[in-house]
Amino acid sequence: MEGSGSRVLLAHGGGGRLMQDLIGECLGLLGSANGVAQLNDAAALALPGGARLAFTTDSFVVSPLVFPGGDVGRLAVCGTVNDLAMMGAQPLGLSLGLVIEEGLERQTLAQVAASIREACEEAGTQVVTGDTKVVERGAADRLFVNTSGVGLIPPGVALGGEKACEGDLVLVNGPLGDHALAVLAARQELPLEGDFRTDCASLNGLVTAMLEAGGESVHVMRDLTRGGLAAALNEIAVQSQKLIEIVEDDIPVRAAVRAAADLLGYDPLVMANEGKLVAIVAADRAGAVLQAMRGHPLGRESVLIGEVRSHAEGRVIARTPLGPARIVDLPSGELLPRIC
Amino acid sequence: MNGAAVTAGALDQLASECVALAARAAERGGGQVHLMEVCGTHTHAIARCGLRERLGDDVRLVSGPGCPVCVTTAGQIDLCLQLAEREDVVLATFGDMVRVPGTRSSLAEARARGGRVKVVYSPMECLDLARDNPEAYVVMAAVGFETTAPTIACLVLEAGRLGLDNLLVFCAHKLVPPAMRALLAAGDVRLHGFICPGHVSVVIGSDAYRDVVDEYGVPCVVSGFQPADILLGVRALLRQAADGVARVENEYRRAVRPEGNRQAVAAIYSVFEVCDASWRGIGAIPESGLRLRDEWSRFDVMRRLSLLEPEAKEHPACHCGEVLQGKLLPAECPAFARACTPTRPLGPCMVSSEGACAAQYRYRTA
Repeated sequence: MEGSGSRVLLAHGGGGRLMQDLIGECLGLLGSANGVAQLNDAAALALPGGARLAFTTDSFVVSPLVFPGGDVGRLAVCGTVNDLAMMGAQPLGLSLGLVIEEGLERQTLAQVAASIREACEEAGTQVVTGDTKVVERGAADRLFVNTSGVGLIPPGVALGGEKACEGDLVLVNGPLGDHALAVLAARQELPLEGDFRTDCASLNGLVTAMLEAGGESVHVMRDLTRGGLAAALNEIAVQSQKLIEIVEDDIPVRAAVRAAADLLGYDPLVMANEGKLVAIVAADRAGAVLQAMRGHPLGRESVLIGEVRSHAEGRVIARTPLGPARIVDLPSGELLPRIC
Repeated sequence: MNGAAVTAGALDQLASECVALAARAAERGGGQVHLMEVCGTHTHAIARCGLRERLGDDVRLVSGPGCPVCVTTAGQIDLCLQLAEREDVVLATFGDMVRVPGTRSSLAEARARGGRVKVVYSPMECLDLARDNPEAYVVMAAVGFETTAPTIACLVLEAGRLGLDNLLVFCAHKLVPPAMRALLAAGDVRLHGFICPGHVSVVIGSDAYRDVVDEYGVPCVVSGFQPADILLGVRALLRQAADGVARVENEYRRAVRPEGNRQAVAAIYSVFEVCDASWRGIGAIPESGLRLRDEWSRFDVMRRLSLLEPEAKEHPACHCGEVLQGKLLPAECPAFARACTPTRPLGPCMVSSEGACAAQYRYRTA
């Protein structure tokens, strides 16, 4: 049956439990010499002289290439800038790898390149190296993009999922699920209309403001991509061996997104975002951090959604409208089409 | 009270009323009050909002055969697999079917092996699929209750109008009220009330449950899906149980009319006719399914491709059948969360988005 078969399934790419299994298997094959064991958004490499370099990579296979509010180019820059930002690092430079399917319109490639340039300017970085391949028709779906990025982690900043402590508060910078719906809308398979736009954005500026306000009290930052808030919180809960409790009614979701998600049977907690982060902050500075977030254009709708508790369970629970708490699991697979 | 916009305080009050009514009803009946919800979306909504725990021990809330994918027989799943593995077929399916296990495999695995399986949100997408793949048969796996039957009917009508001869339907539609009556007739499960499906009732109307009430004296209340809607429905049922009465009530009046949606029903029966059907775990229920009428037989994949539904056995350790009839709560199944989990399901109840076991697993309380 699924999960125990001999082939990779689409669900293995979904950001949930099956993907974790697949990655675990690969890491096992890589052997103990690999440094990925940290399992944060980027690796922290020690440099001579005590400096630390954050290094990350991401591939983008979104279909379609263009969707309301953005395209694969913008996604590729913001995604990698954000992975660095979650370690507190500003980007020093990005690499850009393109795998282009024979027959892709030159105009589309030009549009993607223009988006990459614009997104780099917004994030204050540049593409400094790259690679281009063209494959025959059918060997890739129009365009696959990979970006890698490096950045310096400021001294004294040591963010990581394992750092969440009992009593810490859980913050998000705005409503969830926008990106997932924007891509679905662009596929024209959605039997509904609405104002769906991706939230794709570089969060490094917001992160700077948060670290200035919270300092060492900011323990964890994680950007919410595939698998959504549920995936991110479960990873953090396992890394820190804590219980994270969120309040369902406090999770922000735009009305149009909630209505569409209800109609399609999707849970906003597992839907993809590209301009959202979750931060876990010690209670004494959480108020100041929240205020700093709300003062930033990408954090105007920031809210407190939960708390970290000290059971050594590695679980996430949500308080329901009627009172009892329910377990929020890693999604097991993903039926949404390629969204990032 | 409109169930759509309610404060936490009002929800709590509704819940407390239900608990009090449940105590009265349990005393009158001399035991736990057994309520069945017959709709997979209700199953999930109930699990998600923590209703079972809030209602307490005087109420046993069981799930019924309201998950269309769950009640599709293993043989029908295997037939879909056979179709997906044919080189001359593109199988169009609702996303929910993709991970359901057949006897040896699932559609997801068939797709990984190269089978053409296309997930659609709306059956009307099949029209484009048929035009884009003229060399193949595009087969729509039509699984569902009265909610989806009108859309499949419209697909067939439109395909007929356009003269598409490579669009086919695998019709596995089932009807809800006959299943409710069959459960009561079998007498294996003692029920004091039905929470009737919201979306099915939009199509068939709340009057459709009159027979259940008249023949078996079991209260039927149509309910919506927000926590307040479900509480209103449960409250109405518990009140009836406490008073010893049985009638049809509609607590989803903003969407459901007594006569239902006549246009949708007309569309269904212009294309389909009622037939006997086999329900997973329950067996054959007379006049509980739909098949294409003779004048539309050219769209019936079974007749066009001369197919026979294969004999199939469910996994021996799978108790989905008993869960679907309300005889077992998911947590009472020996395989629940052990041999059977969402990533390694033994049967459809654990993997379908409307499955009772999937709901219990996903929204289990801390």
